[in-house]
Amino acid sequence: MTFFWAFVVGGLICMIGQIMFDVFKLTPAHTLTTLVVVGAILDGFGLYDPLINFAGAGATVPITSFGNALVHGAMAEAEKHGLIGVVTGMFEVTSAGISAAIIFGVIGAILFKPKG
Amino acid sequence: MADKKKKNVPPAAQTYQAFQDKRETKRTVFTNCVKAFLVGGSICLIGQIISTLYIYYFNFTEETVGNPTVATLIFITMILTGLGVYDKIGQFSGAGSAVPVTGFGNSVISAAIEYRTEGFVLGTGSNMLKLAGPVIVYGVFSAFMIALIKTILVEWGGL
Repeated sequence: MTFFWAFVVGGLICMIGQIMFDVFKLTPAHTLTTLVVVGAILDGFGLYDPLINFAGAGATVPITSFGNALVHGAMAEAEKHGLIGVVTGMFEVTSAGISAAIIFGVIGAILFKPKG
Repeated sequence: MADKKKKNVPPAAQTYQAFQDKRETKRTVFTNCVKAFLVGGSICLIGQIISTLYIYYFNFTEETVGNPTVATLIFITMILTGLGVYDKIGQFSGAGSAVPVTGFGNSVISAAIEYRTEGFVLGTGSNMLKLAGPVIVYGVFSAFMIALIKTILVEWGGL
């Protein structure tokens, strides 16, 4: 059942992105930035975790989960070390996404030649 | 609004604009949304399948499985981007392939490959985060503000 909801919820988030492209005429960069901020705000109100429990990868794969994970990392450290933890814990949870993108980016640049 | 904009534009440009509007292929919002839904949903479904495999075979828990899943998806994106397949999917699906984390990966990897002609340091190194930069910058800034407010409320507000 999680597979079905992952498909539906993930699809819906992408559909919201498409509406922001087509109806509000936002550039991809503006759309993705907005979605990340929305994800962070949703986690601030504690609404993103229930969505992950419900939809699994449908909530963790879209870029909104990046904002959610940043807040999560910051809050986890803040509970241990107080205010300074907000800064030190920021990338604790999201490190995989950024590291993987950079590492595979460099490997890709070594392996592949630009097309066209 | 549209009329106001037109006043500052020379007449030739106005004629061009009218011509362009007429010739522009009308892509309906509805079809685009259906395509984005199907492709975006499929990418998330693949993510869910990868997560399930990791939980069964590598002893990850539901909480820790997110990171390896994201890394795997970005690895797949690297291969698809390098072969030029991801661009084709992107043209078809619009936001469907841009909103998932694979789109974030694609923006980094495609810039890295494209700018290698300008050298690995000044080309790849300085341009690969061009598109992903704003996402990281405002993600971090908003997360900082939210976590700060929440921590202050919890510590001194007794929430």
